[in-house]
Amino acid sequence: MNSARVKEFYYLMKLGREFELRAKEEYMKGNIAGFLHLDIGQEAVSVGSMKAFMKGDVFTHYREHVLAIARGMDPKAVMAELFGKREGVSKGKGGSMHLFEPKLGFYGGDAIVGGHLPIAVGCAYARKMEGENAGVFAIFGDGASNSGAFFESINIASAWKLPIIFFLENNYYAIGTHISWVSPFTELYNKVKNYMPAVRINGMDVCEVYEEVMRAKNYIENGLGPYFIEAECYRYEGHSMSDSGKYRSQEEIEIFKSKDPIENLKKRALSENLVEKSFFEETDRKVQNEIEEAVSFAQNAGEPEISELYEDLFCKECSNVVS
Amino acid sequence: MLYREALNRAIDEAMRDDKSVVILGEDVGRYGGSYRVSEGLFAKYGAKRVIDTPIAELSIVGNAIGMAIGGLRPIAEIMTVNFSLLALDQIINHAAKFRYMSGGKLAIPLTVRMPGGVSKQLAAQHSESYETIYASIPGLIVFAASNPNYAYHALKKAIFLNDPVIFLEHELLYNQEGEVDFKAQIDPFKASIVKEGKDITIISYLKMVKDCKEAIEKIEKDLNIECELIDLNSLRPLDMETITKSVKKTKRAVIVEEDHKTGGFGAEVSARISEELFYDLDAPVLRIAGEDVPIPYNRKLELASIPTPDKIASKIALWAKENGL
Ligand SMILES: Cc1ncc(C[n+]2csc(CCOP(=O)(O)OP(=O)(O)O)c2C)c(N)n1
Ligand SMILES: [Mg+2]
Repeated sequence: MNSARVKEFYYLMKLGREFELRAKEEYMKGNIAGFLHLDIGQEAVSVGSMKAFMKGDVFTHYREHVLAIARGMDPKAVMAELFGKREGVSKGKGGSMHLFEPKLGFYGGDAIVGGHLPIAVGCAYARKMEGENAGVFAIFGDGASNSGAFFESINIASAWKLPIIFFLENNYYAIGTHISWVSPFTELYNKVKNYMPAVRINGMDVCEVYEEVMRAKNYIENGLGPYFIEAECYRYEGHSMSDSGKYRSQEEIEIFKSKDPIENLKKRALSENLVEKSFFEETDRKVQNEIEEAVSFAQNAGEPEISELYEDLFCKECSNVVS
Repeated sequence: MLYREALNRAIDEAMRDDKSVVILGEDVGRYGGSYRVSEGLFAKYGAKRVIDTPIAELSIVGNAIGMAIGGLRPIAEIMTVNFSLLALDQIINHAAKFRYMSGGKLAIPLTVRMPGGVSKQLAAQHSESYETIYASIPGLIVFAASNPNYAYHALKKAIFLNDPVIFLEHELLYNQEGEVDFKAQIDPFKASIVKEGKDITIISYLKMVKDCKEAIEKIEKDLNIECELIDLNSLRPLDMETITKSVKKTKRAVIVEEDHKTGGFGAEVSARISEELFYDLDAPVLRIAGEDVPIPYNRKLELASIPTPDKIASKIALWAKENGL
């Protein structure tokens, strides 16, 4: 890894972490409501994958703030969406779970577990037909990998040799259900080994995530069909803000915290003399400023008007007919 | 007792009394249920009877149907009605039809519990009320529990019925407190008169019953009228007898539901009243329902998309004035 890359990874992961910590705080204050799924602990996955997969289309589930920001979505517009404001990416209609930006090839927060996978497969089909080889990146959890939609998607993508990367974030839990209670094995790439190349990587290491997604990207771009990556990772926070946390031990959380993706990258960069110490201090300050800006933008942004309730339901032509 | 505790008690007693009763669903076991309905049951009855499933709604219901055929009395929990769409094929094409298709040879003693409705800012994919779908399916029984007492009695009855029951709960009711009379004889197929009155019949179910109560308090004094409030309890079959008696008395009917207006369950109730009681009516039926949009995240828009006690009150007041009350 070169120094510029490491700096970029650190900056984005830190931005993601601080964004999430602040979102949590704003939730407690009542400025954000509903379901808020934090990505804290999993930043390496979001950042490493999005920095490798820069083109194409991204389909994701609801734990997606950091992924969106790493993709290039403006933290201000994401925070405003969390605040339910009109200047939010989805005009306050979607909230935390539904951040869409087609200009960035970013689709989802889909909050129906597994629901976005057949859609991602269909998009890969369309792109292939149009002669584009950038393909699709579909990210989902261990819980989603037990759904029918998952198995159908794996089969179809493989049968039709579609350009799609399936990226499984194995953080071991689907809300309060440990993967070992509902799957015969916990190394989930075993589910698809006969369909496509499938690997398991350390999702707490941003460089490893980046390199593997680069490999996958080259593979699908060459028209070889789908590629599967399972990244072992961990969410430090509860599933959402309403989570008793009784299903796991503090000890387990501590084990993963000791592998923290941000701290470890920093340590490594310093010990290998890749990055000077001052960079981290400067970056942390810069990130703090950006977060402040995002929050004040969200606070000052406007509420949607009630007259907007029926907007965005149909295209112009259909809207005219309906109303 | 809280609504969720009443449900828990019903399941607990059924499991205690009959070893063939099992529950299955996402997070129902070790976690105790998303809304804590199955709390404590895993420790009490073990993993064989309190089954943590993967996220696989089609299989949760499909497996439960198979369990029912195999001799068990399964209670399937679907985390919310929104996800029950993934199980719709199993519910409609299989559970609802097996008895009939087999000329009555098969029985499917199955309960599928699921909460729905608009909670608070959960946005479009987590806020639907699909009772209108289930209530339109021949072969299904559909109960809708608005309070702890009915929840307890109706769930117990549902578990021991020999037909598939869709048991609807509401996400905002789990922590509602209410008396449960354990000894009461309650017929879960009957609607109940929550409050008597002579001028207007207000028909509702699930959480809207509570909102209607609040609305009634606001309008009765102002308008100097008396409202009769009916809680449907069972959506399929629909207790037309109770509705008929009340509407014949008041000659005015209002239906309040949280679901989208177009094709909402209120449309069915309204049609039945028009068909059967047209000549008894002194006013057109008033339907108060949610807007025809997916539920938005923003709180202001969210509240604009569903009935609230204030809106119910003002709509009824306006309609009452327009119709000579
Ligand atoms: C079809 C469906 N069933 C159930 C749910 C409720 N639910 C939301 S998230 C979740 C767990 C998903 O776990 P996983 O896929 O591992 O993702 P993670 O939250 O760990 O990122 C469940 C069961 C849902 N949203 N959709
Ligand atoms: Mg998970």
